[in-house]
Amino acid sequence: MDVRSQVSMLFHLDKCIGCHTCSIACKNIWTDRKGAEYMWWNNVETKPGTGYPTKWEDQDIYKGGWREEGGEISLRGAGKLRGLLNIFHNPHLPVLGDYYEPFTYKYLDLIESPEGDDQPTARPVSLITGKPIDIKMGPNWDDDLSGTPDYARQDPNLANLSPGEQEAMFQLEKMAFFYLPRICNHCLNPACVASCPSGAIYKRGEDGIVLINQKVCRAWRMCVTACPYKKSYYNWNTGKSEKCILCYPRLEAGHAPACMHSCVGRIRYLGVMLYDADRIKEIASADESELVDLQLEMLLDPFDEEVIAAAKKNGVADSTLKAAQRSPVYKFVKEWGLALPLHPEFRTLPMLFYVPPLLPVMASITEVNNTEQAEKLNPISKHWTDNWLYDTTTEELWGTIEQVRFPIKYMANMFSAGDESKVIDRLKKLMAVRIHRRGKTVGDIDETKVATTLKDVNLEADMADDIYHLTSLATFDDRFVIPPAHREQAIEMLENAGDAKGSVGFGFNERPSRGL
Amino acid sequence: MQALETFLFIVLPYIAMVVFFVGTIYRYRVTKFKYSTLSSGFLEKRTLFWGSMPFHWGLLFLFFGHLAAFLIPSGVLAWNSEPVRLLVLEVTALVFGLSVLWGLVMLIVRRFASSRIRSVTSPMDIVIISLLLAQTILGLWSAVNFRWGSSWFAASITPYLRSILILQPEPGAIVALPLSMKLHIVGAYLIVLLIPFTRLVHLLVVPVHYLWRPYQRVIWNWKKEAIRDPKTGWTVTRPKNT
Repeated sequence: MDVRSQVSMLFHLDKCIGCHTCSIACKNIWTDRKGAEYMWWNNVETKPGTGYPTKWEDQDIYKGGWREEGGEISLRGAGKLRGLLNIFHNPHLPVLGDYYEPFTYKYLDLIESPEGDDQPTARPVSLITGKPIDIKMGPNWDDDLSGTPDYARQDPNLANLSPGEQEAMFQLEKMAFFYLPRICNHCLNPACVASCPSGAIYKRGEDGIVLINQKVCRAWRMCVTACPYKKSYYNWNTGKSEKCILCYPRLEAGHAPACMHSCVGRIRYLGVMLYDADRIKEIASADESELVDLQLEMLLDPFDEEVIAAAKKNGVADSTLKAAQRSPVYKFVKEWGLALPLHPEFRTLPMLFYVPPLLPVMASITEVNNTEQAEKLNPISKHWTDNWLYDTTTEELWGTIEQVRFPIKYMANMFSAGDESKVIDRLKKLMAVRIHRRGKTVGDIDETKVATTLKDVNLEADMADDIYHLTSLATFDDRFVIPPAHREQAIEMLENAGDAKGSVGFGFNERPSRGL
Repeated sequence: MQALETFLFIVLPYIAMVVFFVGTIYRYRVTKFKYSTLSSGFLEKRTLFWGSMPFHWGLLFLFFGHLAAFLIPSGVLAWNSEPVRLLVLEVTALVFGLSVLWGLVMLIVRRFASSRIRSVTSPMDIVIISLLLAQTILGLWSAVNFRWGSSWFAASITPYLRSILILQPEPGAIVALPLSMKLHIVGAYLIVLLIPFTRLVHLLVVPVHYLWRPYQRVIWNWKKEAIRDPKTGWTVTRPKNT
């Protein structure tokens, strides 16, 4: 058993309101630079939708991630042979058009234009060429579906849904969607690391953060292809690839990453996970139906004496073990079994987990007659003629699952490699917690019914209360349990403090400017 | 004339080599961030295929061809002793040379036709690409007009290059060569000279080591397991990690 620690993340999708505060916090700190304008290390997508870059989930287009053949895995679009043969021209490299061409407006024209017959306008100009452009796409172009179901129809996760199921999703008046915030997954079997010919990308041993050494990157651009989540970006100005760094300078100082710190819906959690690195290869090559279960199995119990001993032997700090025991991610993922990884079938073993959203799935449709209500309205007031409502009754909890507005299969395509039972299991637990709390606070649900509901999903009452607490009432320190970085030891490994005494300081003393 | 030839064939190669070594090593050590291919495929991919692929693969073949003539001249001469084999060699080299020319022209057209690529073009890009174009045309000119050029390389240029390397320059063998071949030699020196100042530095960091490294890479800043292992090396200032 080779125990390592990983700073792992959890996003609770039921709480995400799609406000993009996380994206802006990240952009302001890290990617508001020339060459990085189009990058969103953190982005929030509307699902169903095409996402960013467009249709990134469709690996027939982008060739990202690992492919399994006969128990062996290989990179789909990169790797030693394929990568080096394509080094002069990577046919699977996404191009700027797949993201969008960054632009600004010539605002100065509004006040500096000479007097004339026409109102001056601020024309859009490309941030790459500086020339006027016609804007074809921008950040979050398909946000909230942009008023058309066309984006939703292009969602790669719909591939194996029947036309009937798809149509049911797209009836405009019944349409539902949810938000999917995405950052780098800091995977255990990262495809970007494996694809980098220069060896510039690495995983930090202490916390598992995946980083690109900017001084070693040579722009062979294989990581952009290899990352199935398209979270490695090419900086066209400096000629270096860049990616989410999980705000490691903040983490090392004990702060939460900017996206998590700023999250309005408080959907984000961060904590340490211990895992068995000996099993990475075996699990990444497992059968698709077993991927999720095995990945969860690889995550170790931080209270287990054997695990603790092995971790200590491996040099995991006591403070890290303590953080692992308090980890909110461990609770959601392992203890309560509420979360799933995004697209486990890419086989990178992502360490960002999602609690699937309950509301768009559960909100079932009830025929209601609202004509009586409409007649009472003032003749000029607006009223809607649709006759459905969110079903908030708790009588027939799972009898209406056929009527859900969102096919479970769609969710399963995203979170469990197509296994609907795993998604249903999580959703049932979420609903049971709600029923339990409603019984407690509103009191209109029979106690025996609450008890049977909890029993159905193997939850104890106090466990349900814990889930409720960490979901709804958790404080900052509950949500982010950040292990001390022990820089006092680590920094001596990076640079000899004595050598730098009296000089300009540590770190990046060379200006990161484009080569000749 | 004599002075010019002395400069071009005796002084220039040494200037080129010194600048090349000092420049690339300095750049690697001090401004490592600037070592990049500065790939532009992200901004324009379609024309790049028709330019970059024939250019690089052609160049790769020609490079090893020139290297072979330099390292094993007797082998090349022996191969060329049969007219048919000489023909095969020359035709193959010509095909790859044409492939380089085609690729280069495509790359130049692309660089000027696409406004995105223009905006990431530096003055040194234009200098080096013009030089490469001239060099390719000179090479092709020699290949077409002097169909036994490969033997000349092995018989005349190789001894000359070796004399340069052993610090006893002896340009006698090449002064009789045709002008296009002399210019080709000078062009080669200029390219070597300019490598540290251009994006061509990427050819020095070709990632061959990728072939034998394991796919995954994990780096510890402070791996206690390694530190406590008595076999781990220990210097005065810092413990070694790997």
